[in-house]
Amino acid sequence: MSDPRTALQGAHFAGDVTVTDAGLIGMISIRGDQSDSGFRTAIRHVTGHDVPDQREMRGDATGGLAWMSPDDLMLFCGHAQANIMADRLTAALGDTRNMVTVLSDARAVIRLHGASVRDVLAKGAPVDLAPGKFEPGSIRRTRLGQVAVAFWLTGQDSAELVCFRSVAGFVFDWLSVAAAHGASVAYHAKPLT
Amino acid sequence: MLRLTCPYCGVTGEETEFHPGGEAHLTRSGPGATDEAFRDYLFQRRNPRGVHFERWHHQYGCGKWFHAARCTLTLEVFGTYTAQTAVIPEHIIDAIQSRRPDWRPEA
Repeated sequence: MSDPRTALQGAHFAGDVTVTDAGLIGMISIRGDQSDSGFRTAIRHVTGHDVPDQREMRGDATGGLAWMSPDDLMLFCGHAQANIMADRLTAALGDTRNMVTVLSDARAVIRLHGASVRDVLAKGAPVDLAPGKFEPGSIRRTRLGQVAVAFWLTGQDSAELVCFRSVAGFVFDWLSVAAAHGASVAYHAKPLT
Repeated sequence: MLRLTCPYCGVTGEETEFHPGGEAHLTRSGPGATDEAFRDYLFQRRNPRGVHFERWHHQYGCGKWFHAARCTLTLEVFGTYTAQTAVIPEHIIDAIQSRRPDWRPEA
């Protein structure tokens, strides 16, 4: 069997904000009726998270549960545990209408760290990233440049971003240009001196 | 620039996050329909100067289709509403009439 590889193969860029391949991460799409009590109980039982509210991110890319749409959740777990988790989810969801799909190798996760992380994301995404408007605990699916991404803050100076594997290189390059030294716009954060 | 609110994920985004899907509330004519009805269903679209109902796709967001009522002249958006309806909801009609008192929904 071939060894799993991330699309970015450990890429790292250090600018005003560091852009880093988050490595192998398990990702499971869970579709179902989020208002169904059986569905909610099964999710809580297997993942340890309550079903997130609209646009809520519970936790982060190490074991978090994200609200993707009214009928879609994304569970993050260890890459090697993804198939086991999916089987446990399918078993727990039983007869409730559901679809559990392991998408680990169809996505890439990128970590951003630095004081101007809000500025770097705001350069490419049509989202109000002002403090108070977008805070840790919220996920936003949108576009970055021309491609679909989802991101959330993990702190005031750090974020995680998920994109399709096929555009991981483009997104990484895009973020690297946006985060380069001298490219700061100092809108949400003070420039580095 | 339009700013639309997706009724499914609650996001108010600008139009580049969405994709237009043409006129809303079309009646589908298929096998058994007259040639004229099928032609009109395929090709004939309203192109009003004023209040218009459209389908939009939250392409870069939650991926859901929804309906929007807007003015093609001023780009004012009167409201957005779920795709799981065949008729224009009352609150959308009220919202349009509060801004366009002379406007009446077509029968």
